[in-house]
Amino acid sequence: MTSHDIYLLSPELATAGLAGLLLLVDLVIRRKGWLAPAAVLGLAAPLAFTILLWLDLDAGRSLASDGILSESFVVDRFSLFFKFLLIGSAAVVMLMSGGYARQVQRFESAFYALALFSTSGMMLLASSVELVTIYVSLELTALPIAALAAFLADGRSSESGLKFLILSGISSALLLYGMVLVYGFTGATVLSEVGARIVDIGLDDGLPFGSYALLFGVVLIIAGFGFKITAFPFQMWAPDVYEGAPTSITAFLSVASKAAGFAVIMRVFYVAFPIEALAIEWSAIFAALAALSMTVGNLVAIAQSNIKRMLAYSTIAHAGYLMVGLAAAAVRVETPQADVGPSGSLFYLGGYAVTNLAAFAAVVAVSRRTGTDELGSFAGLGRRAPLLAAALAFAMVSLTGAPPTVGFMAKIYIFGAAVNAGLAWLAIVGVLNSVVSAYYYLRVVRVMVLSAPRDETPIRPPLPVGLALFITTAGVLAFGVYPAPLIQFARAAVSVLL
Amino acid sequence: MSLESVLIVGAAIFAIGLYGVLSKRSAITVLMSLELMFNAVNITAVAFSRYAAPSGMDTGADALARLLLTGQVFAIFIITVAAAEVALGVAIVIAIYRSRQTAFVTDANQMRH
Repeated sequence: MTSHDIYLLSPELATAGLAGLLLLVDLVIRRKGWLAPAAVLGLAAPLAFTILLWLDLDAGRSLASDGILSESFVVDRFSLFFKFLLIGSAAVVMLMSGGYARQVQRFESAFYALALFSTSGMMLLASSVELVTIYVSLELTALPIAALAAFLADGRSSESGLKFLILSGISSALLLYGMVLVYGFTGATVLSEVGARIVDIGLDDGLPFGSYALLFGVVLIIAGFGFKITAFPFQMWAPDVYEGAPTSITAFLSVASKAAGFAVIMRVFYVAFPIEALAIEWSAIFAALAALSMTVGNLVAIAQSNIKRMLAYSTIAHAGYLMVGLAAAAVRVETPQADVGPSGSLFYLGGYAVTNLAAFAAVVAVSRRTGTDELGSFAGLGRRAPLLAAALAFAMVSLTGAPPTVGFMAKIYIFGAAVNAGLAWLAIVGVLNSVVSAYYYLRVVRVMVLSAPRDETPIRPPLPVGLALFITTAGVLAFGVYPAPLIQFARAAVSVLL
Repeated sequence: MSLESVLIVGAAIFAIGLYGVLSKRSAITVLMSLELMFNAVNITAVAFSRYAAPSGMDTGADALARLLLTGQVFAIFIITVAAAEVALGVAIVIAIYRSRQTAFVTDANQMRH
C-alpha cells in the first residue's frame, strides 16, 4: 500500500482511528465528560481530509489509486458527497447521544466508538466498487449498529438489537447469494468489469434480464439492499428496531445507514448493470418498489401512536420517494437533462437527512425528559417548550413536503424528474402520498398546540441536543429557501456516474 | 462432480437455512440457520471459482488464476464476517436471556405490531 493509497483512504482511516483513540484514552482518563465533545470535534479530521480530496478533484489532480486499491476503492465526487453527508449526520447523532451513552456508564466510550466504526463502514461503502469490498463494508456498517441498538441492555433494546442482527443477516445472505450468481455468470467482481462482461456475453432477448443467472442475481441483490434502505417488501424489521433502539441510534439508522445504502445501490446499478443493457428492467422494478413503499409506509404510519414507530413508517415512505429518483434515472437516454433523476435522489437524501435529524433531535429532547415516546407525551409542548415545539413542527412540515422547507424543494425536484422521464403516474402516486402523509405529520403539530399538557413544567433540552436541533433546523430552512448550492453539489456528484 | 450438482447442493442448503431462520423459535437455532445460508453461499462461490470460466472469457493462465482466487477469497471473507456476526448474535441472546430467562425469539415481543 503506497502513501497515496493511504491518503485516498484517509477519511475512513481517520474515522476508525478516532474510534480506536477514544477507546484507548478512555482506559487512562477516569473522568468521562470529555468523551462526547472529543467524538464530535474529532470528526473534524475526516472532514478535513474529505475537503482536501474534493479540492484535489477540483484542481484536476488524479485520485486514481496506483496500488492495491485500484480495483476495489474509488475516490470521486459521488463518494465524497456521501462522505460529507455521513460525517455531518454522525456528528449530529453524537450530539444527541449523550444521555444514552451515559446510561451505561462503563461503556460510554464504546458507544461513540461503535458509532464511529459504523460511520467508517458507511464511508467505505460509498467508495467501494467491488463486490467483496461492498459486502465487508456493509457488515462493518451493520454489526456496530446491532450492538448499539442493543446497547441499553434492557428488554426492548436487546430485542431491537437481535431483530436487527437477524434480519440484517438474512439480507446479507440474500445479497451474497445474488452477488455470487453475478460472479458466476460474469467471472468478475469488480463492478465495471461485471458491466463490461454483461455487454460482452450478450443477453438473450427472450428471457427476463437476458439470463436466469442475472435475473436471480439482480433480484436477490435488490432484496439485500432493500433491507438496508427499508424498501417495501423488506421493511418489516424497521418499526420494532426503531422503537427499541436508543433514539439517537434510530436517527443514525434512518439517515446515515439509508444514505449509504442508496450510495451503494446507485453505484452497483449504474456501473455493473449498465443502462444500455438493462435499464428498462431495473427502472420498472424501482418504480414498482417506490410506489409500494410510499403507499404502505404512509398508510400504516397513520395508525401509529408511538412517535418513533410513526417516524419508522415515515422513513419507509421516504425510501419510496427516494427510489422515484432511481426509477427516473434509467430513462436518461431520451431526455436532455440527463442527471435530474440521480441528482434528485442525492438532493432528496441531503434534505431528508437534515429534516429527519431535526425531528429525532426534538424527540430525544422530549423523551429524555418524559421517559416515553408516546405521542400523548407531546401534548401541550407548545406551552412547555415553545422553541422545541416550533422546531419539531417545522421538521414535520418539511417531511410533509410543504414550503418553505427543504422537503418541499426536494419533492418538487424528484417528482419533476419522474415526469421528465415519462413516469408521470409515479409522480402522481407520490403527490397523493404526500397529501396522505400530511394527516399524520400534522397530527403531531395538533397534539403539541391544541392538547392540554399533562404537566406544565417547561422542558429545557441539554445544550448538545439543542445545538443539534438548531443546526438541523437551520439546514431545513436554509436549503428550503435557497436550495441551489445543495442541488449544484448533488449534480456535481452524480456527473461521474453518467 | 459437475458444476450443476454442486450448485444444486448449495441452493438446497440455502433454502434449508432460509426455512430455519423464518420458522424456528430458538434464537440459537435461528443463528445456526443463518450460518447455513452463509455456507451455502460459500459452496456456490467456491464451485464457481473451481468449475466455471464463463462462456467467451479469455482463458489465459492469468485470467483463470484470478477467477479461481476471487471466488475463494470471497468465501474466506464470508466465513470471517459470519463468525463476527454470530459472536455478536450470541452476546445479544445472552443479554435477552438475562433479562427474561428465555432465548425464544417468539417471546421477544415487547413491542406492539
